[in-house]
Amino acid sequence: MENKIIEKQNMAPFVDNLINAEAEVIGPKRKDGKYAFDKLIETGELCLDYDTTLLPPKMYLFPPKETLIKFELGKEPEVEPVVEAKPLILFGVHPYDIKAIELLDVAFSTTNPDINYLSKREKAVIIGVDCLNPNPNAFCPSLGTATAETGFDLMLTDIGDSYVVAIGSSKGEQLLTKYAETREASQVELAQRNSERQKALARYKVTLNISPEELPQLLDKSWDSPWWKEKSEKCLSCGSCIVVCPTCFCFDVQDDVTLNLKEGERYRQWDGCMLVDFAAVAGGGNFRGDKESRFRHRMYRKGKYIWERYGKLGCVGCGRCASACLAEIASPAETFNRLKEESK
Amino acid sequence: MISQAVPQASIYLPHLAELIRIEPIAEREKVFEFRLKDGKELGHKPGQFVELSIFGIGEAPISLSSSPTKKGSFELAVRNVGNVTNALHNLDIGATVGIRGPFGNGFPVDNLKGKDIVIVAGGIGLFPLRSLINYILDKRSEFGRLIILSGSRTPQERMFVNELEKWHKREDVELLETVDEGDEEWTGHVGVVTTLSSEVHIDPEKIFAVVVGPPVMYKFVVAECHKKGIPDERIIMSLERRMKCGIGKCGHCQINGVYVCQEGPVFTYAEVKKLREAI
Ligand SMILES: Cc1cc2nc3c(=O)[nH]c(=O)nc-3n(C[C@H](O)[C@H](O)[C@H](O)COP(=O)(O)OP(=O)(O)OC[C@H]3O[C@@H](n4cnc5c(N)ncnc54)[C@H](O)[C@@H]3O)c2cc1C
Ligand code: SF4
Ligand code: SF4
Ligand code: FES
Repeated sequence: MENKIIEKQNMAPFVDNLINAEAEVIGPKRKDGKYAFDKLIETGELCLDYDTTLLPPKMYLFPPKETLIKFELGKEPEVEPVVEAKPLILFGVHPYDIKAIELLDVAFSTTNPDINYLSKREKAVIIGVDCLNPNPNAFCPSLGTATAETGFDLMLTDIGDSYVVAIGSSKGEQLLTKYAETREASQVELAQRNSERQKALARYKVTLNISPEELPQLLDKSWDSPWWKEKSEKCLSCGSCIVVCPTCFCFDVQDDVTLNLKEGERYRQWDGCMLVDFAAVAGGGNFRGDKESRFRHRMYRKGKYIWERYGKLGCVGCGRCASACLAEIASPAETFNRLKEESK
Repeated sequence: MISQAVPQASIYLPHLAELIRIEPIAEREKVFEFRLKDGKELGHKPGQFVELSIFGIGEAPISLSSSPTKKGSFELAVRNVGNVTNALHNLDIGATVGIRGPFGNGFPVDNLKGKDIVIVAGGIGLFPLRSLINYILDKRSEFGRLIILSGSRTPQERMFVNELEKWHKREDVELLETVDEGDEEWTGHVGVVTTLSSEVHIDPEKIFAVVVGPPVMYKFVVAECHKKGIPDERIIMSLERRMKCGIGKCGHCQINGVYVCQEGPVFTYAEVKKLREAI
């Protein structure tokens, strides 16, 4: 992979050029003492040294609410598909979120390719930034998601006075050539990048005591563990853990009609297995009607089902769920470590 | 980076279909016959389902109830239980609905060929099974014995009475019916569907059981099948789950790692017993 250098003073002009000339640029901004991805109006808003964002950048590829079809009602209804996709630059995406997007790519393109996701994805440029300041609940190194080798067009690493830029695609290279002042990276600077990444690894506070490859096997043995009931008792079934998760991609589908009842739309919106009605069916049945089975299902998706279906991990260790959960039960790391203990 | 090119068509766009016939079959149940407006055949297998849209209300997964041997149109039999099914029940002939599918794997008709088949239907489990029964009857020589055990709650809740009468009369169909609770006029068998089993004599070496009914039924029917010596691989069942997309995306239908809309809704008991939370 080719690497360049952008001096820090040249970063603002690069971002400004992108904002003015290229496309909508989305980046992490400060929000109420935390960080959130949002449209950048000017470079000054961009915070590249953030720990993590409230919501993952997946929201720009798989929005919280998205129209799928529009229809006209009446004697002869007419329907048309709705696919909204515009060129987008996701600037400052952390490696774990890049890994999560790689999972979404597989999930939405396997078997029945989903045009709504894939059209947005095709038009999105991903400019990553290494996470050197991890949030206290993150455990990315244990899952191999602290750095990314693929899944980005450009990847930045802050090495003090400048950024090393790894070029991941020709699209990324073109943007650099067109809009940034760069120079070749020296061996010293590449070594500096390594050492920054190494130092960051030491800043993670949570560790998984099991390798990700062993998780499906561990979970195979853990179905009847008392842990599920014990831990899930405090669950509020609020769904915060699934809303903030970069690897959750389940949804609900609903219809809406205008007041004059002449036309309407069908949309999808984020939904998830921690909500009470997720598996409810007509006639009052609910296949996961208790907290225990919902809690277990989510953990099995994260550690086993998604891996077995799509060949990618269902959790990237970002720690957002643990930060969001008022009951303090949502972290997969805690559950997996505990089950590992039990299995000894 | 993206393993597949952006597709041309939306998987969420329904085909339009016209409602051409409505037939009440019980208090809350009707059969609806549709024709695709583009003139194409739906092209389904028995045991598959469609996502039926009533625009402005929503979508619901509904099994095909007609056999694919019936050309030009298809039938859905629907119990009125909620938003979409209620809106459907209020439609008039000529109305337009949306249809996506057919989805799911369907019954393994190729494996059933040349074999004896015992069909066990509980309540509206007969809706999807009717597609298979009529398929077998239209290709009668390709299959062995056809035994149908059908259970309803009450005589009033018997579905497809006309067809049941027709099947009763056929020499090449062994139909046994029961109701959970009889009434003055009912002279037939009374008891749950498994109580019919003592009247059936089968050759366990060459029989498949195909079972569809309410969730509570499966465990009891499987136990009966075991008593008769039918192996797990030849006990076939269709499972109901909440479904939104029908195409393996929304996650609602998941049982453990399995997406019922994709790998199912039809499973062998050998598969089902490996799943937790399945029945
Ligand atoms: C593969 C498959 C095949 C099927 N085939 C048939 C068939 O051939 N014929 C047939 O009649 N049915 C069939 N069904 C069942 C049918 O899909 C449901 O009855 C239908 O989806 C109900 O939709 P509705 O909009 O009418 O009801 P809804 O308005 O969605 O709900 C009806 C009832 O379900 C419960 N419910 C729904 N949503 C919730 C929620 N969010 N929280 C709590 N409870 C809720 C409530 O009790 C509500 O009264 C099939 C289902 C599957 C999965
Ligand atoms: S499960 Fe939690 S830690 Fe894992 S990716 Fe989702 S939000 Fe992050
Ligand atoms: S685990 Fe926590 S965040 Fe998730 S639903 Fe339960 S209480 Fe809410
Ligand atoms: S119904 Fe959506 S995944 Fe099966």
